[in-house]
Amino acid sequence: MVSYLLPEFQVVRDDERCTNCGACVFQCPFGVHQWDSEHNRILIDSSKCVGCQRCVVFCPEDALIVKPYEGSYRPNAYWSKGVISDVIRQAEGGGVLLTGMGNDRPHKIYFDHILLNASQVTNPPIDPLREPIELRTFIGSKTDRLEVDVVSMELKGELPPNIAIETPIMFAGMSYGSISYNAFVALAEAAKKFGTIFSTGEGGLPKELREKYGANAVVQVASGRFGVDSEYLNYAAAIEIKIGQGAKPGIGGHLPGEKVTQRIARTRMIPEGTDALSPAPHHDIYSIEDLSTLIHAIKEATNYEKPVFVKVAAVHNIAAIASGIARAGADAIVIDGYRGGTGASPKIIRDNVGIPIELALSAVDTRLREEGIRHRVSIIAAGGIRNSADVVKAIALGADAVYIGTAALIAMGCTMCQMCHTGKCPWGIATQDPMLERRLSPALASKRLVNLLRAWSMEIKEMLGAMGINAIESLRGNREHLRGVGLESWELEVLGIKGAGE
Amino acid sequence: MIQKSPKSIKIFRNIGLSGRLVEGERVMIGPYVRDDKDFSACGVFGIMNRSGGRFRARKIVRAMENMRVRGNGLGAGYAVYGLYKQYKEYYALHMIFDEKSVKRKVDEFLQRNFEVVHEEAIPTDESVGLPNPPVFWRYFVSPKKKGGDKALSDEDYVISKVMYINTRLRGVYVISSGRNMGIFKGVGFPEDVAEFFMLNEYKGYMWTAHTRFPTNTPGWWGGAHPFGILDWSVVHNGEISSYGTNKRYLEMFGYYSTLKTDTEVLAYIFDFLMRKRGLPIEVVARILAPPTWEEIDSMDDRERAFHTALRMTYAPLLVNGPWAVIVARNGIMFGLTDRIRLRPLTTAERGDYFFISSEEAAIRAVSPNLDRVYTPYGGEPVVVTLEEKALKKVLGE
Repeated sequence: MVSYLLPEFQVVRDDERCTNCGACVFQCPFGVHQWDSEHNRILIDSSKCVGCQRCVVFCPEDALIVKPYEGSYRPNAYWSKGVISDVIRQAEGGGVLLTGMGNDRPHKIYFDHILLNASQVTNPPIDPLREPIELRTFIGSKTDRLEVDVVSMELKGELPPNIAIETPIMFAGMSYGSISYNAFVALAEAAKKFGTIFSTGEGGLPKELREKYGANAVVQVASGRFGVDSEYLNYAAAIEIKIGQGAKPGIGGHLPGEKVTQRIARTRMIPEGTDALSPAPHHDIYSIEDLSTLIHAIKEATNYEKPVFVKVAAVHNIAAIASGIARAGADAIVIDGYRGGTGASPKIIRDNVGIPIELALSAVDTRLREEGIRHRVSIIAAGGIRNSADVVKAIALGADAVYIGTAALIAMGCTMCQMCHTGKCPWGIATQDPMLERRLSPALASKRLVNLLRAWSMEIKEMLGAMGINAIESLRGNREHLRGVGLESWELEVLGIKGAGE
Repeated sequence: MIQKSPKSIKIFRNIGLSGRLVEGERVMIGPYVRDDKDFSACGVFGIMNRSGGRFRARKIVRAMENMRVRGNGLGAGYAVYGLYKQYKEYYALHMIFDEKSVKRKVDEFLQRNFEVVHEEAIPTDESVGLPNPPVFWRYFVSPKKKGGDKALSDEDYVISKVMYINTRLRGVYVISSGRNMGIFKGVGFPEDVAEFFMLNEYKGYMWTAHTRFPTNTPGWWGGAHPFGILDWSVVHNGEISSYGTNKRYLEMFGYYSTLKTDTEVLAYIFDFLMRKRGLPIEVVARILAPPTWEEIDSMDDRERAFHTALRMTYAPLLVNGPWAVIVARNGIMFGLTDRIRLRPLTTAERGDYFFISSEEAAIRAVSPNLDRVYTPYGGEPVVVTLEEKALKKVLGE
């Protein structure tokens, strides 16, 4: 059957530069470039191209350009090319459309409508090259009353468990299975080197990594309960109960059997080659009191020594949900906005469910303060943090720290072609194909991740210094340093910020 | 009268200890007043006679004149301790009214919630010619607790009522609410404000003063320093870049900033940490102006654990930006600066007198010969206390 789909990309080769070396044929896992041995030439099938740019980067002669396919249907602002293409795909395939990465729709980006403050005259900016500017952050519940012996200057009683991280940036849950072993190790190594933490996602923590990376690992307990045992919980820095994720709120997960290699099977504690299915709900959590039970069961299992995070997708009623989670006993709440990425999600869910992290975060921070319990939990903002300014804005809106997923993947090589669910990641990240996985060196990838953390941390210090702030805690929830542009009054009110010039 | 600004309306969701407003209810909280900050550069000064001997305003006014360049005539004020001998057991509420007509509802509110033993206009000399003075009134009261309020301490009760007045009663502000102390402040240079309130008529064992160089608002009488809650008073030079963080943390504990300056949060922080949490100034200084993590990491285990817990727990009360403060309360006065010392502060002593000042020159203007001069490091508090015998006399206990 002839497909009615138009190609998405167009691959253009400069034949004068091309030496027929075949690098592109080797690099493309989607079969765009084919060696025609009969005529000793390379054939191009643009219809298979996903726009990952792997062949372009690896072409030694710079002979390739991959660009969006120029041809289109009659322009229609309502029935766009993308909408028509999806209908055609479903007419031809008859199924739920799957995709990878986060929502790519052109909705308003609130971060880009928020501007930061700086000191002028009345308050000196602080130069981070001359003065200390501190980013150390503690994730966990805080008491509002420290028992102190004021004579001996000693602490009395115990404090709730907290994790200290050297920058308010952590790596979001990306499971071994959804990403390759090498990518997983690279994240762990970078977190350890920089003094932050990474979430394992729901695929468990391979045994051989526990000793070395456990202290920097947030281990997830998700609805599939893959790889969860007492040792797994007790090696970790913290435990994260995953209720939902921003890319697919209310939807479970499905790692197809062909990706469940022997190693993944062992880590997840399931038979090799079987589908790893995560149900949409935890079947022991149908209500808030059930969540509380699981939180306390995990605390019992870990001797109350580790903070327990609860990760939820940003949905309409997020403020009330977060309040419930705080009261259920969580030490940190992860709020994952609708821009958050995924290894695989129904496209219709990814593109239509959930709300922006900026609004969700502000609503949660405000609500917890109104209820006087903000100090009892840390708030971790996730789902769409693109650069250090987004980090600063998120913290000023009320976050304690942020999770980055997509940005970390990009640092390792990802170009957001949204093909994670195919298992053919040309960059060796979202794949279990040993040939493709080999493309990612954990040493090199972790170095790129550390570079990213260092670069963002330095930029955060520059922005803090400009605001006259020398410790990140003085930015937290400090909405005085934010102003909105191009926002309506209801948006300013939800964000709790003033308009520029006010 | 004070001009009304259309921006003076602000939506509050949760007000005071006294209850919760429905969402969206609009509350007028005063002329110009939005809950944002006003920043300014300033001069501060404080004197205490440690044996409790009371003295007149002349000394401190002379010192403030010496620092004239630190102000611009848009705000000055004084806190005086030990001035109300006759009513020393009662909370002295100093109030400003936008206009005399609002007094009726204040009277009603006070009658309902307090025993009012005495009230009077605060004497002023209008001939000094300061711009647009509001009406000044003082009440001497003791709490009349009813119902659920009986669970509150006297102090918490007074705070909750002060917060109520400041946030809910239109055109009225309580500018000081302590026992045997009072705050006098307004728009003008310090010597003019002193003359306006005829401060030489009062005697106190401790005085603090402030001159202001506001940079972004016309002077508003309520916005001048000192700021006070109970018998705390704070005079402050600087700008608090952590204002939003500090303010929002304090709101969780019933402290609402209504007077539009960042100094107000300092007064509340000291009350929260020292009175409510019972921490001494040595510890409080390490919350407001903590050592760096590098310093903390190099401490021995016990000290490191202590400082880490302190910084972690009270992180929202780190006061960032350039600031120097003089804080006073019956029996105690201390000076403190931010941890990287972006604003000046110097201390000195001569006999029974102890001085804290923005500048040494101002101290020498009133006491040319000094026994000792000390300039503290950033984040290092300098504390002076009243002799115990004298303190009992001051509070009548």
